[in-house]
Parts: sequence; structure tokens; C-alpha cells
Amino acid sequence: MAIYSKSEAQEIMKRALSYSKADGCEINLSGSDSGNIRYARNTVSTAGARSNQQLVVQSNFGKKVGTATIEEFDEKSLEKVVRRSEELAQLSPESEEFMPPLGPQEYDESKMYSEKTAAIDPDYRASVAKASIEPAKAKDVTAAGFFEDYADFSTMMNSNGLFAYEQSTGMDFTVTMRSNDGSGSGWVTRDYNDVGYFDPAMASQIAIDKALESREAKAIEPGKYTVILEPAASVGLLRNMFGSFNARSADEGRSFMSKEGGGNKIGEKIVDERINVYSDPLNELAPASTWTGEGLPRKKTVWLENGVVKNLAYGRYWADQKGVAPLPFPSNAIMDGGDASLEDLIKDTKRGILVTRMWYIRTVDPQTLLYTGLTRDGTFYIENGRLKHPIKNFRFNESPIIMLNNLETLGKQVRVDGNLIPYMKVRDFTFTSLSDAV
Amino acid sequence: MAGAGAGLLATPIPILGKSIYTEELLNPGMAVAEKKVLADVALNTAKGLGASYADARIGRYLNQYVFTRENKVQNTVNTESFGIGIRVIANGTWGFSSTNDVTPDGIKKATELAVAVAKANSKIQTEDVVLAPTSGHGEVSWKTPIEKNSMAVPVSEKVDMLLEANSQAMENGADYITNVLFSVNEQKYFASTEGSYIDQDVHRIWPFMSITAVDKSTGKFKNRQGLGAPMGMGYEYMIPDASEEVQGAGGVTLYRNRYNLIADAVAGAKQAREMLTAPSVEPGKYDLVLEPNHLGLTIHESVGHPLELDRVLGYEANYAGTSFATLDKWKTKEFNYGNELVNLVADKTQKYSLGAVGYDDEGVACKKWDLVRDGILVNYQAIRDQVHMIDQSESHGCCYSQSWNDVQFQRMPNVSLEPGKEPYSINDMVKDVEKGIYLVGRGSYSIDQQRYNFQFGGTLTYEIENGEIKGMINDAAYQSNTQQFWNSCSKICDENDYRMFGSFFDGKGQPSQVSAVSHGCSTTRFDGINVINTGRNI
Repeated sequence: MAIYSKSEAQEIMKRALSYSKADGCEINLSGSDSGNIRYARNTVSTAGARSNQQLVVQSNFGKKVGTATIEEFDEKSLEKVVRRSEELAQLSPESEEFMPPLGPQEYDESKMYSEKTAAIDPDYRASVAKASIEPAKAKDVTAAGFFEDYADFSTMMNSNGLFAYEQSTGMDFTVTMRSNDGSGSGWVTRDYNDVGYFDPAMASQIAIDKALESREAKAIEPGKYTVILEPAASVGLLRNMFGSFNARSADEGRSFMSKEGGGNKIGEKIVDERINVYSDPLNELAPASTWTGEGLPRKKTVWLENGVVKNLAYGRYWADQKGVAPLPFPSNAIMDGGDASLEDLIKDTKRGILVTRMWYIRTVDPQTLLYTGLTRDGTFYIENGRLKHPIKNFRFNESPIIMLNNLETLGKQVRVDGNLIPYMKVRDFTFTSLSDAV
Repeated sequence: MAGAGAGLLATPIPILGKSIYTEELLNPGMAVAEKKVLADVALNTAKGLGASYADARIGRYLNQYVFTRENKVQNTVNTESFGIGIRVIANGTWGFSSTNDVTPDGIKKATELAVAVAKANSKIQTEDVVLAPTSGHGEVSWKTPIEKNSMAVPVSEKVDMLLEANSQAMENGADYITNVLFSVNEQKYFASTEGSYIDQDVHRIWPFMSITAVDKSTGKFKNRQGLGAPMGMGYEYMIPDASEEVQGAGGVTLYRNRYNLIADAVAGAKQAREMLTAPSVEPGKYDLVLEPNHLGLTIHESVGHPLELDRVLGYEANYAGTSFATLDKWKTKEFNYGNELVNLVADKTQKYSLGAVGYDDEGVACKKWDLVRDGILVNYQAIRDQVHMIDQSESHGCCYSQSWNDVQFQRMPNVSLEPGKEPYSINDMVKDVEKGIYLVGRGSYSIDQQRYNFQFGGTLTYEIENGEIKGMINDAAYQSNTQQFWNSCSKICDENDYRMFGSFFDGKGQPSQVSAVSHGCSTTRFDGINVINTGRNI
């Protein structure tokens, strides 16, 4: 068991800090117990469990910094790791951007831990695989899936009196269902901190249905289409867009967030006024860490309000250079949605395409945030308010900025990859070629 | 491979293991004789518990990463990871376990767990593992043929070189530059119940450079990637040698088995500046002239991945996907992957390549074999427990694990395009093209989950008109279908133009593992390929 309680962790770090002779010393201690099961061709292929713990010491003399790591926490090892970090610091060149350890901070209590998830055992993992494989077999479908769970803790303490501690749990599940004639494929993803929300049979059934419904897809011409994006389809583009919410690269003139003539786009409207995105570590459905690895507190932060950029992330060095308060990158994104269900969105669509998932998304042009990628595992043509038939997959070349400017309707929110993202209906989404891939 | 990933940020560079002193990178580690004794503990324990097969991998994995930007050292990371991974077959089923407690007791416990896992999983296994035979090699060793161990070169010397390159780039028009040097040393000991005791010392190096030029008045910026490649070499790769430079078209200097980082930084800064005012491509059909450091990635995605047998069979369906190159196509013996000019070979022995080793991670001696011969699909990439599924009796020797604590599985060997047999240079090729585009280096890349439809861009792009380079252009990306693309190949430069591209962190599997692989080729022409314009006004 690699999970230490708050007091156990505090004790270990206090002992390590007592050996420090540097100008500053910061200790990060973390540990994790995790397990997984992988299956393919309707049988289990691999299963594993892993337990690890690590203590990282960073010492500094002025702007000379050294880091050392250790996996054993006896007295001798603790002293050795501190000495080693100090020796490395003395040998290192000056790091101009080094910021001294923070003083004491106030953190919110994290909501990421669930006893139920921490108690997952190999039998439970096997039952997840079974809940996919058995119904797949019964429908002439082949399941390939992966389930992974973890329980971990992270904590830090420094020579300026800062202390932070947090425990978290989580699980991730994906399964791909392929019809045995090779013409249909469906997929589903689920992730939760509390496994109590997870129903593997229900999730697997969605993928099975998509595999069967996507058989014998028809080709339609590439071009601009109205699309209904499931949250799992849009999250990849949105994640990439949020990667550009960085003040430094914007101020340096090398980001979509850079302003013509210099500076950044804080205060500019960049997308449809119905787009509101914030991060909130205390969100009940998608909780996130309440502090960063540097010890900065994470608070609810608005990034886009009525389509206007409200904030960009500032690292400590850049914040210091610019004379503003540091603002960490979000660890979750919560995008406001609407009341419409997926069915409502389809019903209101005369002609359009339902996209389950986007795949192999890569930057084409960082200047415009243009990305390419493909649809995958369930793409359907919509006509007169109903799914008419499956269609072949498309390659797209599109920017999330254009996508969010072409917003038609926001639907209900769904948790995906630790975020809350709504179903979205968007007009004029650019598909540039057809793919034969199923 | 595309990462699935969680949260909002891109996948970080994998840093495995604990940090150590630079000097410890040269510590020889545990003696071979001691490793043999410890490996035998695992093998004997496994046999005693009823395993029909066992292998043990004692691994010491050393990494050094030096990160710089502009005139600053951002970080220097030295890591070491040491432990043992034990894989067994019991009740016809695989089991695996690993530990960093490399003592007889620790190894015994880990082996017991591996056997227990195998026995537990055998209850839901539907087909027994079938292993292709391989001979025991006795006590043997292999070492990457390096001239200068990168771990022995002082960090200060590396920092001086990187900062000099940065400084010269800034003087020549760069606004920002990132320069990173990755050095890797895998010290791997493999032992199996079939009588192999294999000691290997594997070295790799990768100089990664990214140069940015900004025009603040227009708000435009452009990036140019370095033209060096990751290599299965020591620090000698970083020592310039004019005889290893190749002149490409458009005045571009390219590198074979030695790199000149500083000269490339200077050229790259000027080229990034030039990109800011280069015209946008007119979309349409073009004849493409693809430089090896560009075409290597297209080979990786459109040939390397689709011919991995585990993908073809569906084992990777939930992550990387499956493959268009199905067994029924291969069985016809007449599936035209490309036209008759196209010969694609897999090779785990190629000198200076990232994938070169003497033996793979299940003790099979490495070799070279054909994947596509005269355009016809003739074989896949398969390991011991797979080859029987394609009616073959000998593993191809391409099993790999990123670490002692991950289970080994089939990974892509170096996959390369053979050069043209007739003398033909890059200049000859450009002269013969009426309306074309010359793409150099690595740009954007994306391919579907069965490897049909792809889109690639380069880091440098030039228009060719009536046999001459007309000038640099922006916003060009080509889209094609794998089989159509390789059937549109019309000419391949000769062996004098042959160079290797490399992928240092290729991802596969769940949980994902990285591996490093090279792809060699000469500059190659493909006719009538669709080029799109990726410029947008926002």
C-alpha cells in the first residue's frame, strides 16, 4: 500500500526538511496504487497492478537549483536525498527563471477521493471485462477494451512553511465494439473519480448499438456540414484550444492568443457569446486538484465569458515579469450547456451529421488553431430530424475557434476526460476528405 | 500514434525513473555474472511453480535530457531506473510481474506473482499461447557501435553547444528557440528457460530544435523544426562532418550520420524568417518530391503501423486501431501495396538506427525481412506468440518493452524504403518535375485508425515549376490514401541520397509504452497527389 495519511506524510517530509542547509528546500511526496485490465478479440489479453511512491527534493542556493528523488524513506535515505539535491544545486548553472518556494497558502479540501474506487480489486476489473465481452458475443460483435483505476496521494512541504496534502481516486474506461463482418464500429468512454457512477454494462451496450447501427456506411461528399458533436467528439479540439490559454506564449507573439501589434487577447470576444467556460476544482461531477505541483492554490476561474477571453494562465515567472498574480492552468474545464438532449438536437436538425468521436487530432497551423483529424466509431447522417443512415468517416480540417463561432445549439453537459462538456450543434464544420476506415 | 490523454494539456515527455548524478550515468551497474545468478532465481522459481516457460529481464535504463531556450538552461534531468520484469507461461497463459527489489527474495516473490497472474487469467483465456521455437543463445552480448558515449560528455559541453546554437539562431532572425538534447542508454539483461543469457548495451541520441520567427506588426509567427534525426548512435552524431552533409533542393542542407546543430540553427532561423512572407499554396494536384526526413514519418504511419500483426488481428482495436492490410489481402500474394518500384523492408540490424539491437526482448536474434517486395505485400511484423497465426515458424525478432516494469510486446522494427537502383539525384528529380512541391522535415501528421486516409505537412515547403525550385510556400498539406499513394510512386533517388528519419517516443498499447524506431529512404517522387491549403482567416 503506497498511500500515506496526512500525518504520516507530514512526518516524513518534516524529517527530510530538517536536513536542509540550502537557501530554500521544497519536498513533494506522492504515491499511487493502480490496476488495469485489457481485453481484445472477446478475451482478456493483459491485466496488471502497480504500486509506487516517490519523494522529490528540490534545493536552491540563490538561482542554482538541484532536484533529487528517492523511493525509500528511512532516516539515512532522507538525509542522502537532501544532500544530493544540494550538491546538484551547487553544480548547476543559474536558472534565470527560478522562483523561490512559496509561503503558506490556503487550499480548499479536494473532492476527488472515493472509498469505493480505492477498494477496486482484480475481481471487479474482471467483471468489467465480462460486462463488455458477454453481450458483445451475443450480438456477433467483438469487444476490445481497457479499464484502469487508481488511488493516490500527493503532498508537499517547503522551507517557507507551505504544506499541502490531497488524496484522489479515479477510473477510466474505454471500449471499442466491432461487428464481426468488419463493417461497423462503436466506442464509448467513461471516467469518474467515484466508481459508483460507473455502469460497465450500460456503457458497453452504447458501443455495441453503435457498432451494429454503423454497419454498411454510405459515402457522402466531403464539404461543410451542420454537425452534432457528442462531448467525446469535441473534447479533443477544446483541449487543444485551452492549451493556447497561456499568457506567456501570447505575449511573446507566438500563439492564437497573441494580439496583432503585440500583447494578448484578454478582453477580446473570440467565439459565440453563448460560450462560457470556467474551471472549478470543487465541481461535484468533475472535481480536480485544488493546488498545483508548485503549491499554488487552484480556485474557480472563468476563462471565457459570453465568448470573451477573461483570463490566460500565468506561470510564476511570467506573472512576476508582468507584475500580475500567477494563475495556474486549469485542471478541468466546465463549459456551460443547455437543456437539449441528444435526441432533441437530432429532432431539430433538417440535414446534418452526428459525430461520436474524433481521432488523431494534430495541429496544422498554431496561428489559427487549425487542427486535422478524423471521425471514428459511429458517424451518422441526419435528415428531417432522425438518423437516416451511417456514413463513412471523414477527415476534418477545422479550428475550434471557427467551430465555436458557428454554434447553433448547446445541449446537456456530460463528463468526459475529467471535464464537463455539452453536446453541441455547429454549422459549417469543414470535412475535407473521405476515409475508408471502419 | 495519437494519445488519448486526460485533462487539458498535451502529453508530457515521458521521464522514467529516479534522478541521479551525472557521474552515475557512467557507473557500470551490476556485473553480468551477478545478473545471471539473479535471473536464474526467477527462471527456477517459475519452473518450480509449474510454468512451462519463463523469461527475466534485468534492466537499467539511463536517460539524460538537457533543455534550453534562447540564452537559458531550463533544466537538466538525469534519471536511472533499475529492476527486473518476469514473464511466464502457466496453464497456457501469460503472466507478468516486476519489482525494483532485485534480490533473490524480491525476485522470488515477483515470480510467484507472475505465475499466480497467469493461473488466474487462464480461467478466462480461450486459446493457449503458442510460442514459435527459438534456439537458446548461451551467454552472449551486443552493444550499439558508438564512438563516444554521450553519458560521458560533460553536461557543460552540451549546454555550451546548445546555447551557442541558440545564440546564432537569434542573431540570424529567430525570435525564440528551444534546443533539447536527449541521451538514452538501455542496459538490458535477458535470460530465458530456453538457455539464453543475453547482455545488451543500447545507446540512442536525439537533438530536438524548434525555431520561431514572429512578426508582431501582423501578428504572424512561423516555426521551423531542426533537420537532425534521433539516431542509434553516441555523441559522435553531434560532431559535424561535411562528408555526411547532403545538399537538398532550394539550398537546404540535410544530414546523414553526422549533424551540424549550429549550422542548422543558423539556416533554420533564416528560413523561419523567410516563411513569414512566403506566399500561400494554390490547392490542387501536384507531383510531390519528399525528402527522407519528411517521408520517414509517412512510412512510419502508412507502412510501419498497418503491418503490425497485433493491429491486423484486433489486439490494438481499442486504442491505435486495426489495419486495412488484412490477412485476406496478404494471402492473395498479389495485393499491390505500392507499384513495382516500391520495396519496403523491416530491419532490426541496421547500423545507426534507433531500432538496432542484437536480440529482441524475448531473446530472438534480430534480422532483416521484406514487408513489400516489388509492390506486393509479402509479410508483417510478428513475434513468438503471433507468427503461427500467419503460418510461419520463426519470430521476426521485434518484441520490445520500454522498461523492466512493463511487459514486452510486438513493436515496430525499423521500416525503410529501398533506394532506387539507377543513379538519380535530387537535382535530377527536381529537373524532371513540371508542377510539384518539395517537402522537407517533419510537420503536421494524422492518419485514420485503419491507416487508409492520411494528411501530412513539412517543416519547409517549396514550389517546383518547370524543373526548378520557384520558392518557399506556406499552408501546404497533402492528403492521400495509403495504397493509392504508394502506387503513385514514380521515382526514387539512388543510395547516395539515403538517410534515416526517426521517431524517439512512438506510443502503443494500453497502458501506453514508448519505443524508438528509424525509417530510411532516399528522396522519392509521388505523382498527382492532392494538396490542400491550410491557411485560415480568423
